[in-house]
Amino acid sequence: MKIPATDTMPPDTWTLYGQTFNSRLLIGSALYPSPAIMRDAITESGAEIVTVSLRRQSPEQGGGESFWRQLKELKKTMLPNTAGCHSVKEAVTLAQMSRELFETDWLKLEVVGDDYNLQPDPLATVAAAAQLIKLGFKVFPYCTDDLVICQRLRDVGCQVLMPWGSPIGTGRGLMNPYNLQAIRDRIPELPLIVDAGIGKPSHAVQALELGYDGILLNTAIAQAGNPVLMASAFKRAIEAGRQAALAGAMPERQTASPSTPTLGMPFWHQQ
Amino acid sequence: MTGLIITVSVNNESKECSLDQPLAQLLTIWGFEAGKVAIAVNQNFVPRSQYKSCCLEHGDKVDVLAPVQGG
Repeated sequence: MKIPATDTMPPDTWTLYGQTFNSRLLIGSALYPSPAIMRDAITESGAEIVTVSLRRQSPEQGGGESFWRQLKELKKTMLPNTAGCHSVKEAVTLAQMSRELFETDWLKLEVVGDDYNLQPDPLATVAAAAQLIKLGFKVFPYCTDDLVICQRLRDVGCQVLMPWGSPIGTGRGLMNPYNLQAIRDRIPELPLIVDAGIGKPSHAVQALELGYDGILLNTAIAQAGNPVLMASAFKRAIEAGRQAALAGAMPERQTASPSTPTLGMPFWHQQ
Repeated sequence: MTGLIITVSVNNESKECSLDQPLAQLLTIWGFEAGKVAIAVNQNFVPRSQYKSCCLEHGDKVDVLAPVQGG
């Protein structure tokens, strides 16, 4: 039997709202030590989708023009967020402003429910998603790892779901793999992305091994000792996790089972 | 300024303008390029197509937003 080499396998693409991508990493554009490192890290990560936001700017700051010009040069798909919004009204208004400025109907929906852990407000997130979808947005909802909330988001028309691994910026990885697995098992038809809380490449591998389709992260790369090198590490980890999911992991066992054949073992049972 | 003078808040900063000045004109006066920002008045989105017809009222709160880094 000839096993095909991975580089001869067909491309393992995935589709988000009708657009097909090769990379399963969505990357944030914030918190990098410098604009140059941001650019290099995003490039090294291989990510094709970059998250951005809107904030008040004074004319003296150039209206965000410098940052925006640099990012546009990378020719990535932009995913504006509603970070910091605390109500449906705020999120919908910011979404409309983003759509006009970034010229995209894609939206990473965030509605903060509690400032302590920046936990998304599940009820407001569902309500905002429903409104935004009626307004023509393609919503990527950031939500908790709650199966029923994910089902409600699907029911109002979200075609991708983004449950958290752990709170934003904590780097604690997947707090509750059981919940994430339940979402995967019960919602097999939608792309699932673990968004937030990823701190190390091993966390990303774990998410992909669970059957998740992608990872959205920012701080883990931007705040790494060497962001460009960490971007490379995440790129490889996500590829490894995805290949592991496709390959199918062995079942866990309660008891040891030798991998080396015992038949013909010398010195055993000699009288 | 020719009309009645009103005070509005622009990105939380107090500004005076004329009651009949359209938003398009005010943005230029305040130093913003219309194509590079997005506007909300009292938390309601104002599309670019309405800048020439939209006039502010006393006490209005204007948010002028521009692209920034995001996660």
